[in-house]
This record gives sequence, structure tokens and C-alpha cells, in this order.
Amino acid sequence: MNESMLSEFWRNSLHHRSFVIGLILSFIMLFTGLLSLFWTPFPVELLDIPHKLESPSAKHWLGTDHFGRDVFSMLMVGAWNSMLVSVFAIGFGSLIGVPLGALAAAKRGWVEETVMRFNDFAFAFPALLTAVMLSAVYGPGTINSVLAIGIFNIPVFARITRGSALSIYKREFILAARTAGKGEFQIAVEHIFPNIVSVLIVQVTIQFALGILAEAGLSYLGLGTQPPIPSWGKMLSEAQTMMFFAPQLAILPGLAIVLTVLGLNLLGDGLRDILDPRLSRVR
Amino acid sequence: MKKIIQRHAKLLLICGSAIIFSGSALAGKTHLTMGMVLEPPHLDPTAGAAAAIDEVVYANVFEGLTRINQNAEVLPALAESWNISSDGLTYTFNLRSGVRFHDGSAFDSSDVVFSLDRARSENSTNAQKALFAAIADVNAQGSNTVVVTLNTPTGNFLFNMGWGDAVIVDSASANSNKSKPVGTGPFIFKRWVKGDRIELGQNTNYWGEKPALKSATFKIIPDPAAAVAALMAGDADAFANFPAPEMAAQFQSDSRFTVKVGSTEGETILSTNNLQKPFDDLRVRQAIAHAINSQEIIDGAMFGFGTPIGTHFAPHHAAYVDLTGTYPHDPGKAKQLLTEAGFPNGFKATIKLPPPSYARRGGEIVAAQLAKVGIKLEIIPVQWAQWLDQVFKNKDFDLTIVSHTEPMDIGIYTRPKYYFQYRNAGFNAIIDDLNVTADPKKRYALMGAAQAILAKDAVNGFLFQLAKLGIWNKNITGLWENSPVQANDLTGVSWNN
Amino acid sequence: MSIFLAKRFFALVITLLVASLVIFFLMEILPGDPASIILGVGAQEDTLAALRTEMGLNNSAPERYFRWISGILSGDFGRSYTYDIPVSTLILERLSLSLPLALLAISLSTLLAIPIGVLAVANHKRIADTGIMGLAQLGVAVPNFWFAILLILFFSVKLGWFSAGGFAGWEMGLAAALKSLTLPAISLALPQAAILARVTRSAVLETVREDFVRTARAKGLSRNAALWKHAFRNALIPVVTILGLQLSFLLAGTIIIENVFYLPGLGRLLFQAIAQRDLVVVKNIVILLAATVVIINFLVDMCYVAIDPRLRGGRA
Repeated sequence: MNESMLSEFWRNSLHHRSFVIGLILSFIMLFTGLLSLFWTPFPVELLDIPHKLESPSAKHWLGTDHFGRDVFSMLMVGAWNSMLVSVFAIGFGSLIGVPLGALAAAKRGWVEETVMRFNDFAFAFPALLTAVMLSAVYGPGTINSVLAIGIFNIPVFARITRGSALSIYKREFILAARTAGKGEFQIAVEHIFPNIVSVLIVQVTIQFALGILAEAGLSYLGLGTQPPIPSWGKMLSEAQTMMFFAPQLAILPGLAIVLTVLGLNLLGDGLRDILDPRLSRVR
Repeated sequence: MKKIIQRHAKLLLICGSAIIFSGSALAGKTHLTMGMVLEPPHLDPTAGAAAAIDEVVYANVFEGLTRINQNAEVLPALAESWNISSDGLTYTFNLRSGVRFHDGSAFDSSDVVFSLDRARSENSTNAQKALFAAIADVNAQGSNTVVVTLNTPTGNFLFNMGWGDAVIVDSASANSNKSKPVGTGPFIFKRWVKGDRIELGQNTNYWGEKPALKSATFKIIPDPAAAVAALMAGDADAFANFPAPEMAAQFQSDSRFTVKVGSTEGETILSTNNLQKPFDDLRVRQAIAHAINSQEIIDGAMFGFGTPIGTHFAPHHAAYVDLTGTYPHDPGKAKQLLTEAGFPNGFKATIKLPPPSYARRGGEIVAAQLAKVGIKLEIIPVQWAQWLDQVFKNKDFDLTIVSHTEPMDIGIYTRPKYYFQYRNAGFNAIIDDLNVTADPKKRYALMGAAQAILAKDAVNGFLFQLAKLGIWNKNITGLWENSPVQANDLTGVSWNN
Repeated sequence: MSIFLAKRFFALVITLLVASLVIFFLMEILPGDPASIILGVGAQEDTLAALRTEMGLNNSAPERYFRWISGILSGDFGRSYTYDIPVSTLILERLSLSLPLALLAISLSTLLAIPIGVLAVANHKRIADTGIMGLAQLGVAVPNFWFAILLILFFSVKLGWFSAGGFAGWEMGLAAALKSLTLPAISLALPQAAILARVTRSAVLETVREDFVRTARAKGLSRNAALWKHAFRNALIPVVTILGLQLSFLLAGTIIIENVFYLPGLGRLLFQAIAQRDLVVVKNIVILLAATVVIINFLVDMCYVAIDPRLRGGRA
């Protein structure tokens, strides 16, 4: 992307309402998460049982939980934790899925058939099922969530890479590159990848949002992130029995999840419209 | 926009009201729905350790020679009366006549001989075989009398015969009791919807006074949040052991409910692997004891319900000695002891936590308290199956939190292979002495001495005695407030309207 | 056509075989001895050994695998360790809840989402469209278990209209069953409906632009009639794809929702079976769920071909 394209991208983007809202929401979450690495109002491992279940106040902006921990601080760390799991899971899924999909599109024939069958197979295990089985074998934990969500992402990325790459392989400039003597790998890196990267970016954003949801679900069931590290899903499950006298404890982590996922989805939709207008209509 | 939402809300209202049920009229209610957290693995109390089995069938479906009431008193059950020989070795039980099992077969002395012999036989799968260890011989004298001879005088024998593990079963149905329990109690087993509920109906041929309740459902609700909602919505009438202490205040202020805080036999301890380094060092265990603040754990994990303990003994027991001051909360002292033991900067260890909230929440607080003196704990949550396998069977653990709910179980500290692997010949000698002592005064003295040794040795972190938090509809009377044995005895329960 | 079908079917069988091998392998490395879990902590070593033999745990791994697979093929799923009843009975019992729940949820979401999606197109670029799509966007972002908690708080605890959880059983009548299943079905359906509404909207929007719709309009069909009769029918492919995907997601989603509402369904059975190391139950449920997903995918592919025969060559 050269400079004029970039400036055009921004000009287009800033007029796109959902993109702007999504960007702001995602940025707030990212900033909060990053900030939690250096500063939180209170340390999250600090238990202060005499001050448990306090309502929001000047000292504790969003109140305290059943151990007297500062809810705002926990939400901040939770944001980081949630994003970290998602990033690693999608990294894992795309690093395997994208090459697989590209391979299928480049080779066709039995290679493609094998990859697609592997896809079907991986797809037969929804993240929750994988996580339940993994936690049965290795015990619950953060790595467990990353693997489960990651495995689920492999076929997603393989499928979309193959699909978009196939349409590029039909273009004439690929034939030109072939006659110019370029190897398959070179063609894939120099011609295919740059042409499907925008589709992948959009998919990453959407999967990122799904990853946040999945992580929350796994932690809610007690399969994901373990105490004392705070996570949104865990906060929700812990707050459930206290809903009657401290409803904010159950509502706040839920809102954090909704806002993050909403932000990422809006961002993804916006990106799709801006990067590839054709795609937005097809979907 | 607003209109759309309003219209939808109206639609929902209409749909909703069409589905609503009118609850059956309250007058003369004779059914009780009791919520319980754990589903029993099966329903044979003579072949499993799970408390959930007894919580359904004890006193309701199955009866023993004696029974235990909520104040831990021994009452006659299938044995109308008994005589004890002056040497304390021969018990002659006079059995009730005219009693029939639920399948119609008659109860007599042969059933008692069969049940006791089965429980103490070599290939018995009884989880509390120790209860029968003292029995030398069981003989029927006619159809209504049974004579039990003991090896050594056993002060607790009548109490032991009141346990769920000692109920009387029929030889014909003994092997199918797991899925279709057949006893002599006032309730008969109706059906078991696996994963959801167990239903009991009335035994119209019951030998004794018929209970006010005609039927009962034990509803399995493993999740504390769901338990709260079930009580609030009336899906469950009662929870004898309510799993969410944080909600107690809410229910107390709600006029629809009765909240009763009673005692249990559950010593909740920070079990320590006494053979594992560095916990084999007394100073390290003492340091842990000093680092722990029991009251904070009770407040944080149990919302104030529970009594601090200083040793492995129930505070409501007459022989209890208050040893909570042996190693008072003192982080400075703890650090000093750690330094003496060679850990000036503390050390790392793991704590494996089973599912109940006393363990999960308590574990988080213990980890935070130990962190203050330099002991960094990695929290490993485990399921019961893993806990039994890893901690209890293979002793693969540093620390764990568990509640020991058997009554009078101080004797577990004499077992060298028990999971916390405590070995002390002096302690064993006291317990041996206790087992052959009948005089209550001497017994109390010996129990006191045993408690003191455990406290001094800081064998485990002694945290608190589990409270029994019972919450039920205020119109229900007769449910147990204390649980000397794990049971939901429904025989005295009624609705008053 | 039949060659294509045979090829796809063969692939389906291979996929399931690989899946069964993976599941079997996972169960092999699962820690914890089922025999000692059944007999409890006080069990003697010889009793344990006898039970292990009885359960067939001492046979070699390939032998156990083949026994399992041939059992499945002849309809024998083995016996549950914990409940001591045939696994097939247990699964059928649980399916009688999970399957209606999934169907209820998917019909609810379809009935809600498709009209909404079409409605949005009918009002394209007007305030209703923006509003509906905004709500859908929000619906996608709401975790279903959190939504479930809010529903319980409001509809069962505050208003007392529905059960907070549990399942009375079908023999208590349809009304009682619906009382227990309505809230779970709504919590499962909402996020799905949001996704489906978005897909429907964009699919219909796409076809609206095509010539045949314009022709239909020119022939004098009203805008709404043209939308429903022509545009929607042609938008079915993407909608069916998403429905197929959602059905498999639903099966997994029931695990979490059945836990929130403590419904004795297949998902919770799986959860409990893992906690209790009831391996026979675990492996059979997992293979059943995996098979369902694979078969649904297969059927969706068949639907494609039925709807549009041109796709036969394109999508392998």
C-alpha cells in the first residue's frame, strides 16, 4: 500500500460509521488491557476481605468483589487476558490454516481433497468440545483455551484462504508469472497472498471477536483461565450467586464482553466494506 | 424503534401468560422437593462412601438396627431394644416383628445376620468396613433376636450400627440395591431420572408411625447459582446443605424462607503431604499454621459461617479442646520459622482444589495468605475423580483443602498410608488406648491428648468446622438442623398450613 | 451424480474413522483409573483387578478399539461405569431433551431471523433497517450464557413465569416441558438469530439487484411479493449453509446452556461423565456429536447440489 492509497483508506474509513465506532471500542479495550500491564488502581491479587462486596465509590470505581478485590482492576486485567488468549488462538489457527488453504488451492487434486477432509474433521469438534476433552486430560487452564479455540480456527482459515486463493489463481497475471518462470512458492508469496490479505484481515477481526466469546464461555465453565488470574467468564460465574445483592458484579463483566465483541465485529464489518466493497455485498 | 420493542414486549407477555401454570393449591401439601448438590453414584449405602447416597436413602428407604437423630442420639430402629453384657462384649438385639421389606418379603433375624456378615466379609465392598471390625460373631436366636459378640469393648458400637453403612438389607435384593433400593423404611424408591432427580413414594405397609409426607423428590442441582434460582422460583422447597453461603443473608431477610445454621462433622483442613519436602519439616508446617488466618477464610469463603478449629475435632463435641491458640495468626513468626527451616525467601508449591466452594474459594484465600510469607502456591483445580486418584490414592500433592465429614474420625491419623501420611507412634498409642477404654472420663482425657498432639505437630492446616446451612420454605417443619451423620431424614417433616 | 455422492460418502466414512481413532487415543491417555473410581477409596487391589478384567480394561488397545467400533455398528454402546445402565439408553434419555431443545432453538431463531432479515431489506437504508441491523449486531456480541443469567433473573426469579432450571420430563405434559425449555431455547436462539438475520439480509439484498427480480417487479408483482417469491428463494443457499453451521454450534452450545439451567441433557451428561471418568459415556457422546456435525455438513453439501446442480464440480 503506498501513501496515497493509505490516505485514501483513512478518508474512506473515517466516513464509515460502524468502522469508527468499532475502532474506538476496540482501541479502548486494547488500551485498557495494555495499561493493566503497568498500572491498575489496585493490585488484583490483593484480597481485602473486610471490604468485600462494596458498591462503586470514589475509592473503588466499580466496587469490590466477594474477596474485596477491586472490580475495575480485575476487568482491566481480564481484558488483557481475554485478548491474549484470542490472539494466540487465532495466531495458532491461522498459522496452520492459511498455509493449508493455500496449499489446497495451489496443488488441487488429492492434496486439496486431503486438506478439505482434514477440515471437515477439525470442524467436527467445536471449541467447547475440544476444550472439555483437553481439560479432562491436561486439567483446565489458559493454554487449554488457546489450543481449543485455535484448533477450531484452523478449518475456518483454511477454508477462506482456499476459497479466495482459487479465484486469484484463475486470473491472468498468475499465468504470466508462471510463464516468467516463477516457482509455486514464489507465486503464492508474491501474487496470491497480497491479494487475499484483506479478506484475511477481515476474517481475523471476526474470529478475534468469536475468540473473546469462546474464552469467556470456557472460563465461565471453569475450563479456561484459572484463579488468581482474573477473567471475565470466571468473574461472571462467581458473581452469579451474588446477583441479588450485587448485580453489578454479574452485569459489568458481561457488558465488557459485549462491548469488546461488538467493537471488533463493527471494526470487521467496516474493514470489509472499505477494503473490499464487492465482498460486503456478497456476504 | 420504541414501538417495535413495546409490541414485542406485549407479545412476550401474552406468550408467557399462556404458558404459566397455576401452582397446585398449597393446602395439605404432602410432597417435598429437596435440592441436593451432588448426585449419588448409586443408591446402596452399604457399597459406597458417597454422602449423597445416605442423603437420599438414610432413614427414608433403609433402616438399621439403631438410628441416629439430629442431636447425635442413638434411638431404636429395627431393633426394638437391646441388652449389653457387663463386660461390654455381647449385644443382644430384640428385633421388631411384623416388619416387611418394600418388595413384600418379611424382615427377621436372618436378614440382620446376612447384612452384618456381608458388610464384614472378606470381599465386602462396604466403604466403612472399620465400623464392623470389632464384631467377632453374629448369631440369630429365633427369628426375633440377634446376638452380636465383639472382640473388644467398643464404646461407639450402637452409634456405629446407626450409620447408613450398617443398614439392614434383604439377601434377595442386596445386589440390585444400587439401582433399585429395597429397604424397610417409610418411603419406597419410585424412580431415578439420571442427572435430574430421584423420586420416593409412600410405603403404605410401614411398621411404624407413617410420616406426614406422602412423597418426596430429591432434585440434583449442582450449581450454586441454579440452587439460588431454584429456591427463589419455588422449584425446590428446601436445601438441607445450601451451597451458596453468600446468599444466606438474602434468604434470611425474605419472609418466605427459614434459614438454619447448624453443625456438621466436617473438619475443613488444609491437608498437607507430611512426607513431601519441605512439608516434612515441622517448622514449615508451623510456619503455614502461623501464616493462616482462619477467620479471614471463614469470612471470605463461607461468608462468616463456620467455627475456627485448632485440631481435627468437632467443636460441638463434649471432648473438644480449644487449641486454636496453638499457632496464632502471626506472619512475622511464620517468616522467622521459614528462615530457620532454610527458606528465607519462601518456596513454591502447589495446592490441588476439589470442586466445592469451601475448597475453591478457601484455596484462593490460603494462597494469598501464604504468599504474604513468601510461599507461592500454584492453584490446580481438580474434579473429584482426579482428586481421589491423584491426591487420595497416589498422594501426588503438596497441599489440598478438603472437609472430613465422618463423625469422630480422629483415628485416620493412625493410618500410615492415609493420604497426608502422618506417622507418630505416640499418637497411635493414645488411639489404641482409646479403643479399649469404656470409661467416659478417661475417654475424654485420651481424646484431649490426641487433639493436642495433632495441633502441636501442625499435621495439617486446621481451618474451620463446616457449618450446615439449611434453607427451606418457612412452612416446613422437622428438617434436621445439625447433621451428625450425612442424612436427610424426612420421617418427621411436615408442611404446616 | 451417483459417483459424486459415493465419493462424498466415502470421504464422510474416512473422516468418522479418523475421528474415532483420535477420540479413542485421547481416552487412552486420560488420567485416572475408572475401576478405582467406581469402587471408591477403600477398595482392595484384588477387587480392582477383577473389575478391570470385567470391564475389559486389560485387553490390548487395538482389541478394545475394534470392540468399541463393532459395538457401535451393532448398536451396542457398552455400559456406563457410574450409572451401570446401557450407554445407549442413557444417551437416548438425554437426547429426548437435547434434541427438542436444539430444534426449538433453531426453529425459534429461523422464525425470528428470516422475516427480520427480509423486513430489513424491504426497508433498506431506512431507519428500521439500521435499527434492526444494530440490534442484530448487538445480539451477535451477547454471550448466550450471560443472556441466560439475565433471563433467569427476570423471568423466573422476578416474575416466576418459567422454571429457573431443571426439567420435569415429557410425561408431565407439553406445557410443563415448555415451561422448562423456553428460556434455554431463547438463550440459545438469540445470538443465532442475530447472525441468521444478518446473513438473510445480505443474501436477499444481493439477489434483489439481479435481473429476474427486476423482471418480476416489471411484471407487476408487488415489492413484497417479489421479495418473498423470488429474491428470498434465491437467497436460500447462504441461509441454508449458515443454518447447517448453526445446528452443529447448537449441539456444542447446549453444553453451556444445559449447565446454566441444569437440564439433564446430552451436554451436561458429557460434562459429568468427564468429571466422573465415565470413559464409555464420554467417547460415545463425543463420537456421536462429531458424527452429527460431519453428517450435517454432508447434508448441507447435498442441499447445495439439489438447489444448484452447477456446484457439483466446483465444491469438492
